[in-house]
Amino acid sequence: MTFNSLPLLSLLIWTPIIGGIWVLIAGDRQEQTVKYFAFAVAILTFIFSVILYCWFDPDYAGMQFVEEADWITTFNIKYHLGVDGIALPLILLSSFTTILVILAAWEVIEKHISYYMCAFLVLTGLMNGVFAALDAILFYVYWEAMLIPMFLIIGIWGGPNRVYATVKFFLYTFLGSVFMLVAFLYLYSAADSFNIQALHDVPLSLTAQKYIFIAFFLAFAVKIPMWPVHTWLPDAHVEAPTGGSVILAALMLKMGGYGFLRFSLPITPDASLFFNEAMIVLSLIAIVYIGFIALVQEDMKKLIAYSSISHMGFVTLGFFIPFSIMAASGSPASAIMGMEGAMMQMISHGFISAAMFLCVGVMYDRMHSRMIKDYGGVVNSMPYFAAFMMLFAMANAGLPGTSGFVGEFLVILSSFEANFWIAFTAALTLILGAAYTLWLYKRVVFGEITQDAVAKLQDINGRETFILFLLAIVVLIFGIWPAPLFDIMHVTVEQLVQHVSQTKIL
Amino acid sequence: MATYMEQIYLTIVLAPLIGALLAGLAGKIIGRSGAHWVTITGVGVSSILSMIAYKYHVFDGGETYNQTLYTWLSSGGMDFKIGFLIDSLSVTMMVVVTFVSWMIHIYTIGYMYDDPGYQRFFSYISLFTFSMLMLVMSNNFLQLFFGWEAVGLVSYLLIGFWYKKETAIFASMKAFLVNRIGDFGFLLGIAAIFMAFNTLDYAAIFSNVAQHADSTIVILGDEPWSLMTVICICLFIGAMGKSAQVPLHVWLPDSMEGPTPISALIHAATMVTAGIFMVSRMSPLFELSDTALSFILVTGAITALLMGLLGLVQNDIKRVIAYSTLSQLGYMTVALGASAYAAAMFHLVTHAFFKALLFLGAGAVIIVMHHEQDMRKMGGLYKVMPITWICCLFGTLALIGFPGTAGFFSKDAIIEAIRHSTLAGSDFAYFSVVVGVFITALYSCRLFFMTFHGEQRIDIETWKHLHEAPFVVTVPLIVLAIPSLILGAFLIEPMLFGDYFGDAVHVAESHDVLAHMGGDYHGISGFLLHAIQHPLVLLLMSAGIFVAWLCYIKFPDFPAKLVSKFGFVHRILLNKYGLDDLNQRLFAKGAIRIGQLLWRFGDINIIDGFFVNGTARSVRVFSSMVRHLQSGYLYHYAFAIIIGLLVLLAVFVHGILN
Repeated sequence: MTFNSLPLLSLLIWTPIIGGIWVLIAGDRQEQTVKYFAFAVAILTFIFSVILYCWFDPDYAGMQFVEEADWITTFNIKYHLGVDGIALPLILLSSFTTILVILAAWEVIEKHISYYMCAFLVLTGLMNGVFAALDAILFYVYWEAMLIPMFLIIGIWGGPNRVYATVKFFLYTFLGSVFMLVAFLYLYSAADSFNIQALHDVPLSLTAQKYIFIAFFLAFAVKIPMWPVHTWLPDAHVEAPTGGSVILAALMLKMGGYGFLRFSLPITPDASLFFNEAMIVLSLIAIVYIGFIALVQEDMKKLIAYSSISHMGFVTLGFFIPFSIMAASGSPASAIMGMEGAMMQMISHGFISAAMFLCVGVMYDRMHSRMIKDYGGVVNSMPYFAAFMMLFAMANAGLPGTSGFVGEFLVILSSFEANFWIAFTAALTLILGAAYTLWLYKRVVFGEITQDAVAKLQDINGRETFILFLLAIVVLIFGIWPAPLFDIMHVTVEQLVQHVSQTKIL
Repeated sequence: MATYMEQIYLTIVLAPLIGALLAGLAGKIIGRSGAHWVTITGVGVSSILSMIAYKYHVFDGGETYNQTLYTWLSSGGMDFKIGFLIDSLSVTMMVVVTFVSWMIHIYTIGYMYDDPGYQRFFSYISLFTFSMLMLVMSNNFLQLFFGWEAVGLVSYLLIGFWYKKETAIFASMKAFLVNRIGDFGFLLGIAAIFMAFNTLDYAAIFSNVAQHADSTIVILGDEPWSLMTVICICLFIGAMGKSAQVPLHVWLPDSMEGPTPISALIHAATMVTAGIFMVSRMSPLFELSDTALSFILVTGAITALLMGLLGLVQNDIKRVIAYSTLSQLGYMTVALGASAYAAAMFHLVTHAFFKALLFLGAGAVIIVMHHEQDMRKMGGLYKVMPITWICCLFGTLALIGFPGTAGFFSKDAIIEAIRHSTLAGSDFAYFSVVVGVFITALYSCRLFFMTFHGEQRIDIETWKHLHEAPFVVTVPLIVLAIPSLILGAFLIEPMLFGDYFGDAVHVAESHDVLAHMGGDYHGISGFLLHAIQHPLVLLLMSAGIFVAWLCYIKFPDFPAKLVSKFGFVHRILLNKYGLDDLNQRLFAKGAIRIGQLLWRFGDINIIDGFFVNGTARSVRVFSSMVRHLQSGYLYHYAFAIIIGLLVLLAVFVHGILN
């Protein structure tokens, strides 16, 4: 097969990183060149990811496009890459989103454009690395390295309170990941390898699994984020520039979800079973508690940040509901459905949250305010923008026909199988999600113009229209026909459910 | 014929969608007349093809069509599909939806002629037609839910069509949220069905329904509940939202803030009847739960009675009709509860025509009066608007069930059916619908008299400029007036007592009130004669007309006196039993309070204040203490080493000694 000869995953990781470094060297003097070059790199990376998708064999259960080379031989650490049905969609998402953030920055970022483009390109490479790494240490390196560009993005191009936000963001996530590293070191002592697949198979006592689970939990729960370790996210979002918010919401959060799927569930299946009720409760709290909080936010970005946390509740719910389902009925069918629903929720949230943050960005660029009270009647001066935002608001509220519906629907359906009240609580999002989103929309977009500044607003230009149009298309396509996305996940998720239903205790 | 049907069904659905997309996305390019031409053509094609399909399924005995269109997704070995189920039930809805929609498209040319959002409006109503068709043509719960939410979306967009009007955008949000509460129940019902049957396909569910007749589910404590009752009540909560049954009715009167054509199309003729249609479609499930049927019966009865009363005190012409719609939806719901699904569908069809007619008539008055909706500022309009007047007369007669009109047959059938029902709550329901006849006659004639007859309360200047509504407005009125008058006589026999619905509607033998009535049915004249021989209903109706005539023609001062005498009752009715206030205070404000509390107290004080920043503070305190240890003086370190060694030694010795 041809894909063996082309190191696609390495290309996906190193093309943007090297491109980013070149951009940095070129510097701010050649502003136009830098922009176009960065855009070209993003497009090239996206093309690689599309080739990856085309050559991906959805019926093959193992890792594909595997690349393996020695790195640190003393500890048996390898440069080991590969993708399966849960990594591939996330790589596609990250490559796609990069194009959007680079376009979104086009005329907006005035300060150090080359640093900005560099940060985002490097970030993309590192994220692809996180999703493709099959060696725990390699994963850890990408995972931690990613914090640096993000730290800089918020710290340099962020809002007035950016220092507090960056420090909070950095400490929160860094603290979590340190425990993950400790867990990796322990696992190395047990398996004599950092190979993730080897770690999946290594037998572990329940006690050891519990500690490892908690260590992983600290890393991934902070990232995704779960209640009660979520408070870094609203601050980080509020201070981040639009592009930073988009990457943060669309991709950084997904790393937590990916971590649960790649590490917590398969490495510690018995501990996952042990903790699953607690995880379900935390997920439900996220859905309802955060939904109420989102309702009262006065800052648009905070509102969307909180709504992200609430939506991520469905992801963790979908990941841990399979244990309850199999305990209740023993049927893996609904368990698979819940997990695939959660994956779908991650991808879809990537599009929708990106779109919502871009919408806020569009308004912020013109008004330099994120406060809801400074707006009202935007539809009068920006009708096209209002139409796009309506679509994304509805997608955020989980309207059928948009991608936002699919994941929530499957997770609710499968959780009913486990317990009526879980489904009941999760389904409250139907009301809460609609309430906070539509109320936001009503206050910002509808009504008479009350502020002079709103009356002077210019409708979206060609570039902005193009970005929002791209997102609108994917949100609708995956809402009307999500089957292709599910088809690439089936084999991997089935295997995962199969794997986690077997005990690892000797 | 049968070979072309698939293409015909697809065209029926897609024609309005294409119209909507063209008018919506290319509205600027095709212009105003372009927008109305493409949408009217789309819906017209859809309507004519629906009639062909109707002929095929109802007259020619065509086979039920049940096919998958495409697989939406498959997960865990289960397929979720999009597909059509076309039988006499869905085809009836298709004809009603597309035909009324078509008339309203035409009417809109006249009603919205000076509106800047002309193209957008046409796009929305065509999109609505598409969504509603997807809903009624679905062969599975997934697509039903798609259509269900999509019509909710379009309803939201259309109620808030005039987005500068604060009341309109508030009403639109309220409508969406209240509907979402219903959808919440509906989704849980769907999830329960999926758990029980492992599929969302109607045919597969109905063929296995007997297996689950006695299944139970534990929800609260250890008491097992009947699974079917849980499913049916959850589904019906969805219907309560969409079909505006008490207490989820609060959005419908407010939805009158939207333009009148959509009040006629969405909030009278079609969307609000989706719940009635859904329950009829699900009759094999509902037949298994007497509890759920009783619940439906009582809910419908309460709605029919209480909402009719509210119609008596409204002065806004559209709101009177809105409350009338609520009350009539209550009638349909009562019929569902009595297992008279066919009667409910019959009333749905006749009501769609005469209520759309009344709304469009009211709309004609409103545009002629330059958007004046207060009936106290009308009166005597029959002189200037003869066509509208006659059409509204026919609509009113049908609404109050005047013998011979369409509404007479459908309403009388419901009342008779409930008389035969033996379910718990049927006595109360019978009382409600019979009293409802008087109330209906009273508010309908009040509206009719206040608008078209009596004293002219219009100032002279306006009166001079009054004229009949334009051609595009009156033609739909005339076209809708015809079925409002004669449709009942044609449909009653096949629909209620014949084999019209075939297998589409299933009724358990012990519930079959219509079969009971069928035994006594001897043609239309027999039905009329029966009504005259048992004159209670007709007497109440006549009394309603008479009282309305007394109060609003003969002694127009009388209602005011009545109000001053019974101010308390009047206030209760004007405040809509206080339900709106309750919702606003308890739920809307309550949710915001909870949100504030969780945010300020939970997130800011406890999590951030205590844990996160608290940790940061303790780190600072701790490090400021630890800092003293690194003084830089050698003797400090040496001292520490010695102390440490001593302690280690002590521990070591202690260990050996033990």
